Amino acid sequence: MPSKKTKINILEHELVPKHEVLSPEEASKVLKRLNIKPTQLPWISIDDPIVRLIKAKPGDIIKITRKSPTAGESIAYRYVVVDTLHPKKKGGK
Amino acid sequence: MISNKIKEIKFGILSPDEIRKMSITAIVTGEVYDNDGVPIDGGVADRRLGAVEPREVCPTCGNTRDNCPGHFGHIELAKPVIHVSFVKYINMYLKTTCRVCGRLKISERERKRYLELLRGLQELELHHLIKRFHEYIRRKASAVNKCPHCGAEQYKIRLEKPHTFYEERGEGLVKLNPAEVRARLEKIPDEDVRLLGGDPVHARPEWMVLTVLPVPPRAVRPSILLETGIRSEDDLTHKLVDIIRVNNRLREHIESGAPSVIINDEWDLLQYHITTYFDNEVPGIPVAKHRSGKALKGIAQRLKGKEGRFRGNLRGKRVDFSSRTVISPDPNLSINEVGVPEMVAKVLTVPEKVTPWNIEEMRKLVINGPDKWPGANYVIKPDGRKISLKYVDRKAIAESLAPGYIVERHLRDGDIVLFNRQPSLHRISVMAHVVRVLPYKTFRLNLLVCPPYNADFDGDEMNLHVPQSEEARAEARLLMLVEKHILTPRYGGPIIGGLQDYISGAFLLTSKSTLLKREDVIDLLGVAGYRGELPEPAILKPEPYWTGKQLISLFLPKDFNYKRPAKIASATALKCIDEDCPHDSIVIVKKGVLLEGVLDKASIGREEPESLIHWLVKEYGEDLARLFMDHVFKMFLRFSEKHGFTMGYADLLLPRDAKEHIKQVIEEKKKEVYELIDKYYRGELEPSPGKTLEETLEDKIIEALSKSLLDKVGDAITPYFTLNNPVIIMARTGARGNPVNLTQMAALLAQQTISGRRITRGYLHRTLPHFKPKDLGPEARGFIAHGFVDGLTPIEMFFHAAAGREGLTDTAVRTSQSGYMQRRLINALQDLRVEYDGTVRLPTGEIVQFLYGEDGVDPMKSDHGKSVNVERVIQKVIGWRI
Repeated sequence: MPSKKTKINILEHELVPKHEVLSPEEASKVLKRLNIKPTQLPWISIDDPIVRLIKAKPGDIIKITRKSPTAGESIAYRYVVVDTLHPKKKGGK
Repeated sequence: MISNKIKEIKFGILSPDEIRKMSITAIVTGEVYDNDGVPIDGGVADRRLGAVEPREVCPTCGNTRDNCPGHFGHIELAKPVIHVSFVKYINMYLKTTCRVCGRLKISERERKRYLELLRGLQELELHHLIKRFHEYIRRKASAVNKCPHCGAEQYKIRLEKPHTFYEERGEGLVKLNPAEVRARLEKIPDEDVRLLGGDPVHARPEWMVLTVLPVPPRAVRPSILLETGIRSEDDLTHKLVDIIRVNNRLREHIESGAPSVIINDEWDLLQYHITTYFDNEVPGIPVAKHRSGKALKGIAQRLKGKEGRFRGNLRGKRVDFSSRTVISPDPNLSINEVGVPEMVAKVLTVPEKVTPWNIEEMRKLVINGPDKWPGANYVIKPDGRKISLKYVDRKAIAESLAPGYIVERHLRDGDIVLFNRQPSLHRISVMAHVVRVLPYKTFRLNLLVCPPYNADFDGDEMNLHVPQSEEARAEARLLMLVEKHILTPRYGGPIIGGLQDYISGAFLLTSKSTLLKREDVIDLLGVAGYRGELPEPAILKPEPYWTGKQLISLFLPKDFNYKRPAKIASATALKCIDEDCPHDSIVIVKKGVLLEGVLDKASIGREEPESLIHWLVKEYGEDLARLFMDHVFKMFLRFSEKHGFTMGYADLLLPRDAKEHIKQVIEEKKKEVYELIDKYYRGELEPSPGKTLEETLEDKIIEALSKSLLDKVGDAITPYFTLNNPVIIMARTGARGNPVNLTQMAALLAQQTISGRRITRGYLHRTLPHFKPKDLGPEARGFIAHGFVDGLTPIEMFFHAAAGREGLTDTAVRTSQSGYMQRRLINALQDLRVEYDGTVRLPTGEIVQFLYGEDGVDPMKSDHGKSVNVERVIQKVIGWRI
């Protein structure tokens, strides 16, 4: 078990792609381009470590820019939701 | 045009009232027929349940068998009984509601809030969220142990599969009988049912505990009349009779005030019969059986599984205009043709409309009739009447033929059909072929289309389907024809291409040493169907000679450039760096002339992306590629025949000194192994990290006896085999086999293994009684020091068979596993589609991928997975200069 002192910043990990919260204007632009409702995007749990780190709120849309073996770079979007099925247990700060 | 559209499907549970309302009669007696064999009223074969005999008139609806829809009856159960299929939900309701007041165990305030929330979610149609919402409420309510409404203490509900409920009270486990369960379910308010994800209008919870049992119409469970005149009833009928008997007995016991032990026993028996009536494969209870010991089929068994109603009858159906027979090869057919036996062609038909332009032809077909090919089997008049041509005056019918009539004529040359071989894992397992009617009784196909179907001719059978509409035929021709599938969507390379003899033939024909006389050239170009002038011979004096490369060049497009090493260049001895190549192992085509290099697997082979054949398909279209394969490939085979290409025992023989040398190499390796074993016994062997001493020893022995030994021997024998040897020709050109196979035939098979280990199984501490126990030597553990040319000793042969068995079992296991995986994958992926904006979506519009494959490239139309291949573009344009 790693101690609390050696906690690493996952944002700097090479396997973690770039996540950014979209501003409402950008978000609505994306939704308009794809012609969808936000719920039709893939979902990401509010309890996901990366979502907590970038301080996204439920209802936000996250833009993920990742490396792709086929396209070089690819862009995906996620809709932040509250996970009722697997709620994160609150314990020990 | 859609006239009626299904907007919604609602599934619900039948309420007792509904069951009684749709019932035509109560079924009260277990007797089925009286002494004369007439159905008894009030029995399970009651005639009011619907007409089943021919010409019988239904007493309920007045229709005969063909039109009577069948009518339900019902059985009034003496005591309620739990429906097994709903046990899961009953358990959920019992756990989430109060045992006294029946209300959801959530405080009034919260309940109001949740109802509000649910309404909102339903308005927004957020179905995923609704599912999670119910799940959340269920969890929350079942954790409560004191009712927030009436304050009653709650006990834990325990379900003992399949259908017994217990309450964990202070005094111990208390059984809840179905009547008590039903009483609790009845108390749950409608709104609470909604919060838990139920539907109080169409599926009240208490309806999951049966008080009335519907009896399906007789048509659902037909009885069969055996030849002996004895009636054999359907499994469901048997089960219903059992249920009625037990039910009647139970009622009598209750009415006569029998002790509760007896009543409970009968009650349990009734529960058992009703459970097995619904599902006879419920785990935890004995399977209901026939007198013969065969398991009875419950209602669930009729629906479930591969042969069930869904997969067997609704999703899978039998089709007309189809045919199946053994396949055999015919290299003279085009790759997009299929040879159809005349016998089959006379049964399969194509409907053809009579027009002023084809009427004479159609008349001839009608006169020929069903028995003479090409003929016709039926004529359909404009009013829709169908006339069989079997027993009528065909001359008269032919005379009466007029535009507008439809003639169902025999299959003819040039018709388009679909050809298929199971398992249909691919889209290329079904392709369209052009018909060629041929004598004999097998379907014939070109050898080059074997790989997509994964077909061989050891008795394989294939299916053939005849499209019946103009639309279907057009689709088949435009989308499914064989040549449209030369390139695979898997990686954008050819899956149809040269194989085996085609490759060795191509190599021989294009070799530098091949010089052809005039007669040979004419013969070869003749089978290739070449029409035109002979090219200028490469050698004029003393006699004109042509090279094989000249013949190939005749068929290449005049602006085609290509440069790539041949397959034979993968052997270091035959490798070249540039055009100046003494081994002729770099293929160079400039402006459609094959200047240098031999054709082999790397140029014309299948599954060779970026090869000559791949660029021909991609750049000049599938039609040219098909013609190339039909004509040029035939030349390869013809040359193989002319050359007399063959392989025999003598081609594998080694000179005596070579044999001696190999023996020495083997002895050295064996000595190495004995030294290792000695070291192990002396305790001097160092274990490798993470391994035991024994494992280390085994690893080292295997290492010494298999790969390194084979490589060493392989190197030793290569000088004795040159490119003049047919075995080497096949191995080096990629036609068949590899250098290891050659070593195994000519020199030795080396170590045999089972799951990567030396062979140890058999007797206690030894493999065979011929060895001493605990002998770790090479021979005692499956080392084979002979090749197939020398022959194996009996002991070696046994080890070889043992190791060979592993391969067979592996294939058997793999096919079944991959088949099931395929099914699951297809079920999961079948509804995904690429929309016009390039996104991959579900039918409901949810996005799965934001750009198909992240780059939006269709692999079938790509250059080996990439959208552009810059190198090829350069080669294509200025390849003739560099």
